[in-house]
Amino acid sequence: MAEQLNVQLVAVEEKVWSGKAEMVSARTTEGELGVLPGHAPLLGQLAEPGQVRIKLPGGEQVTYDVSGGFVSVSGQGVTVLAESAAPASAASGN
Amino acid sequence: MAAQVRVLRQRIRSAKGMKKITKAMELVATSRIAKAQARVEASLPYARAITGVLTALASNARIDHPMLTPRERVRRAGVLLVTADRGLAGGYSSNAIRTAESLVARLQADGKEPVLYVIGRKGVSFYRFRNRPIEASWTGFSEQPSFNDAREVGETLIKAFVAGADDEEGGPGADGVHGVDELHIVYTEFKSLMTQNPVTRIIGPLQVEERPRSEAAPGVLPDYDFEPDPEALLDALLPKYINTRIYAALLESAASESAARRRAMKSATDNAEEMIDKYTREMNSARQAGITQEISEIVGGANALAASGSEV
Repeated sequence: MAEQLNVQLVAVEEKVWSGKAEMVSARTTEGELGVLPGHAPLLGQLAEPGQVRIKLPGGEQVTYDVSGGFVSVSGQGVTVLAESAAPASAASGN
Repeated sequence: MAAQVRVLRQRIRSAKGMKKITKAMELVATSRIAKAQARVEASLPYARAITGVLTALASNARIDHPMLTPRERVRRAGVLLVTADRGLAGGYSSNAIRTAESLVARLQADGKEPVLYVIGRKGVSFYRFRNRPIEASWTGFSEQPSFNDAREVGETLIKAFVAGADDEEGGPGADGVHGVDELHIVYTEFKSLMTQNPVTRIIGPLQVEERPRSEAAPGVLPDYDFEPDPEALLDALLPKYINTRIYAALLESAASESAARRRAMKSATDNAEEMIDKYTREMNSARQAGITQEISEIVGGANALAASGSEV
């Protein structure tokens, strides 16, 4: 079993999603970012409007539209902070 | 006699009507407390995460951000006061206003000019009635605040705080906007269902603790990469953090307001019950007295008749 990421997606008003994932990808103001287990600690501001894609262990993928977001990668996992987050209209697919 | 009974019956009816209303408000307030507490709970993960991120950032980057450094000369101090939109909540709003007033007095004693920002109709009407200037006010969401409300408030305050940086003695500075040099918030802390305390907090300039996070990450602090650079990140994060603080204060105040209203309505319901009891007793004894009097009148009449009959 490969290593997995602890992922938390929290919006201001509630915790939106949390669980294990294989990979998290998002676009920061500097460019596309993909986080795999063992990634170096990182703090980033997400681009506006942003999308966060979480690849689940089963190969599925969940996608959220995020605004006013930040991503924090630490030894404990990945935390995505957002002012608001909603499931993307066209989920998964690509 | 019959008239007295009728009056009492009328009073009982109106006390019963009032009891129904206060009981309904009590129940509504009770369910709102639970909802407000659930929302406080739901907002905690974000608050914790953003505090963690800021701490990491502050421990890694140099801090000389204008929102973090106390101003040398504080001329004007902003005071954000959170009150209720409706009354019937016991001393909830007046306690918050009293706390704000003592803060204002303290600021004035320190030679600072207080600038008022008020949330809630009760606070607004307090200052309107006294012809005191209010810099900005928001109403209509005191019981169920959303983050958008908090953001609106936050943006106004942050704008004033940033604008205050270049103020000169006695007037606005280069940007023509008269800002503030300090931001205080007065809201009501939710201790328990029975206890809510109005409290005063400083939200600008922010005080960030740089602490070695021994409990979270034993040993060395993680060496973070930053995208974009730390200064730009801090720029983007701090306003959001202030908004979060305001949102948390609004939520807690909403819970306190509902708790205060529940308590006020509970004692109103109890009083109404007591009154109904008292009036019912009075009405019964009045009715009984009426009956007794009628009987003694009949008996007296019959006796008089019998006495006069025997004489004939």
